[in-house]
Amino acid sequence: MTVVSPPPLVRIRPARGWLGLRLGELWEYRDVLVMLATRDIKLRYKQTALGIVWVVLQPLVAGLIFTVIFGRFAGLPSGGHPYVLFVFAGLLGWNLFAGILQRAGNSLVAESKLISKVYFPRLLIPCAAAAAALVDFAVSLGVMAVLLTWHGVWPGWWLALLPAVTLLTLMLAVGISLWISALNVRYRDFMYALPFLIQVWMYATPVVYGLELIPERWRALFSLNPLVGIIEGNRAALLGGGDAVLSLLLIPALATTLALATGAWFFQRVERDFADNL
Amino acid sequence: MSDPVIRCENLGKHYTLRHAGVRPGYRTLREDLLHLPLRLLAAWRGGGREEEFWALRNVSFEVRSGEVLGIIGRNGAGKSTLLKILSRITAPSEGGVDLSGRVGSLLEVGTGFHPELTGRENIYLSGAMLGMRRHEVRTHFDEIVAFAEVEQFLDTPCKHYSSGMYTRLGFAVAAHLRTDILLVDEVLAVGDAEFQKRCLGKMEELSRNGRTVVIISHNLGIVQALCSRCLVLKEGRISHQAAATAAVQFYLAQGAISEETNVFRLPSSTDPRQAVIKRIEVSNWDATPNMLSAGPLQLVVDCALAAGHKGASLLLGVYDMLGNRVLFLDSTVIAGFSFAGHGNTQRVTIRLSRDFALRPGSYALNAALLVGGRIEHHIQNACRLEIAPGSFFETGRAPDSPVYVRQEWNVSTSA
Repeated sequence: MTVVSPPPLVRIRPARGWLGLRLGELWEYRDVLVMLATRDIKLRYKQTALGIVWVVLQPLVAGLIFTVIFGRFAGLPSGGHPYVLFVFAGLLGWNLFAGILQRAGNSLVAESKLISKVYFPRLLIPCAAAAAALVDFAVSLGVMAVLLTWHGVWPGWWLALLPAVTLLTLMLAVGISLWISALNVRYRDFMYALPFLIQVWMYATPVVYGLELIPERWRALFSLNPLVGIIEGNRAALLGGGDAVLSLLLIPALATTLALATGAWFFQRVERDFADNL
Repeated sequence: MSDPVIRCENLGKHYTLRHAGVRPGYRTLREDLLHLPLRLLAAWRGGGREEEFWALRNVSFEVRSGEVLGIIGRNGAGKSTLLKILSRITAPSEGGVDLSGRVGSLLEVGTGFHPELTGRENIYLSGAMLGMRRHEVRTHFDEIVAFAEVEQFLDTPCKHYSSGMYTRLGFAVAAHLRTDILLVDEVLAVGDAEFQKRCLGKMEELSRNGRTVVIISHNLGIVQALCSRCLVLKEGRISHQAAATAAVQFYLAQGAISEETNVFRLPSSTDPRQAVIKRIEVSNWDATPNMLSAGPLQLVVDCALAAGHKGASLLLGVYDMLGNRVLFLDSTVIAGFSFAGHGNTQRVTIRLSRDFALRPGSYALNAALLVGGRIEHHIQNACRLEIAPGSFFETGRAPDSPVYVRQEWNVSTSA
C-alpha cells in the first residue's frame, strides 16, 4: 500500500505587500528554468547562420577595434600588459554583465505570450535569460585562453579569483535585471533607454582604459560604481595580480546584496500584475 | 461526497480604466513623467478621471473532486478572467480561491512551443511549462508522440508542421498532464472533427479517473456532453448555477432577451474633449426592450460633446444579417437638425413612424457622430436588434413580405 501524502494546497489571494520569495516553488519549477535557458541557447545557435562563429567573432572584433583605437591611436595605458589582453579581460566581465542586462531586461516582455497563458514563477524568466548569457561568456573565455597562451601570460593562482568574480557579476546583473525587466513591463518605453544606459555605464567603467587614468582624488568616488571592482577583479584573475583588488571587491559585494534584495522585493510586488500589463 | 477541491469565495477582479483606447495598465515612462504634475494636482483636488471596472465580482462556488464544471457566458462576461485567476496567471483584487491538488491549466494549444525547435524539443519544453517534471515527460513521451501522430517529424522544426500537426502535438502534451485539477479554455474549438472527438474522449477519460476539470466554452454542445455542472456568468457575476443541461437552457433563455442585444454602452470613460457616442438604446416607445415587427420603435442616443462642438449630427444605419442596409437615419439630411455641446451629454431620441416596420429577425446597428461634417466617432456593430414577429399593423398577422408598409385598401366599382 502506498502512503498518500496530503495534496498540495494552492491559495490564491489578492497580491498585497510582501509575499515572500517562495523558494520552494522556485525549486519545484526548476525544470522550467533549465528548459527556458536551453531553448534560448539553442535558438541563439540555430537562428544565426554563423552560429558559434558569431559568438566568438563579436567580442573579438570589438576587442580588436578598441585595441587599435584606444591602445594604438590614443595610447591609453594598460597596466604593463599587452593592450589587447588588457581590454579583452575587461570586456569579458563587461559583456557578461551587459549581456544579462540586455537579455534578462527584455525577457518578460519577450515572453509576454507565455506569461498570459500559463503560470510558473515569473522570476525564472530573467534567471533563464541570464543563464543563457553565461554560455556566451564561456565561449569568450575560450577565446581569452587562446589570447593568453599566444602572449605567454599565465595568471597562476590569481585564476582562482575568476569564479568568485564571475558569480558576483552574475548575481549583480540578475539583481539589476529584476528591476529592469519589471519596469519594462510597466513602462514599455523603458527598453529604449536601456541600450543608452548600458553604453554610458560602459564608459563610466574602466573597460577600455585603466583605473590609473582616473585622478587619485576622484578614484574613491569613481569606485562607487560596482563595475569598477568587478572589471578590476576580472583583470587581476586573468592577467595575474593587481593592487588592492580584494578591497575593490567590497563595493560590488555590497551592491550585489542590495540589488538582489531590492530587485527580488520589487519583482515579487509587481509579478502578479504582469499578465494584466503585457 | 468528498470535500471540495476548488473553493472559490467572493472572488473579484477589477481593472482601472484610463482614457479610451488605452489598454489598462499599459503606460509609458515618458507619459507618466509628463503627467505626474497633473496627476498630483488631480489627486490633491480629489479624484482623477480613472474609472474602475469590475470584470468579476462576488463569485463564489465549489467544485468537488471528479466533477467537470463548465463555465458559460457571453464575451466579456468574465469567463477568461475567472480561468486566469484560477490558473494563477493574474491575481484577484478581492476574495480568494483554495485549490487542493496539483493544478494544470490549458489556455491554449501548444503552450510554450517555439517554431524553430523540433517536435521532440517542444514536447519537453511545453511539458515543463505546463508543470510536468522532466521524467514525467520522458515516461509519457511515446504515448504523446503516438497520440499526436507525428513520429516521422519528431526531429523537424515545428515551423514546418501543418496546423493540424501542431495542434495535435500541443494537445497531446497537455493531455498527458497528470494533475489533479485541470483548467481548460476553449482549446477544443480548434482542429478537425475527428481530432475534437479524440480530445473529448480524453477529457471524459480524465474525469472518469477522478480528475477535476473546469472548462470554459462557447460550444454549448460540448458543455452539455462533458460537464456535470455548469456556471452561467453574466457581467462578471454568477447568474445561474445548475446541472449542465438546465444551465444551458437558462443561458439560452436569458440570451433571447438580453440587454446587450438592444443596448450599446461605451466600455470606458473618455477624454472629455472628445465627441463620443456614450450609449445607444433601441426599444419600444414605452422603453421596454421587446420590439415587435410593426411595433413602435425608438432609438435613444447619448452623445458626449464638449462646449466647442457645434453642428453635430448623427448617422444611424440598420443592416440585416447579410450586411444589406435596410434603414439609414441621418439627423441633418432627413430630420434637418443638428445640435451643439455644452460640455454635457446630449440625449437624442428618434421615434420611427408606426407606418413602416422592420421584418422579424436580427439586425446590426452602426452609428456615427459627426461634428462640422467630420466623423468624430464611428461604431461598427454597436448592438444587435432583435425584432420579434408581431402583429402586422394591428391585424394579428405577419405576412411574408420583405417590406412592411402601413397600407390602406379601397375597393370601388368603376362605372
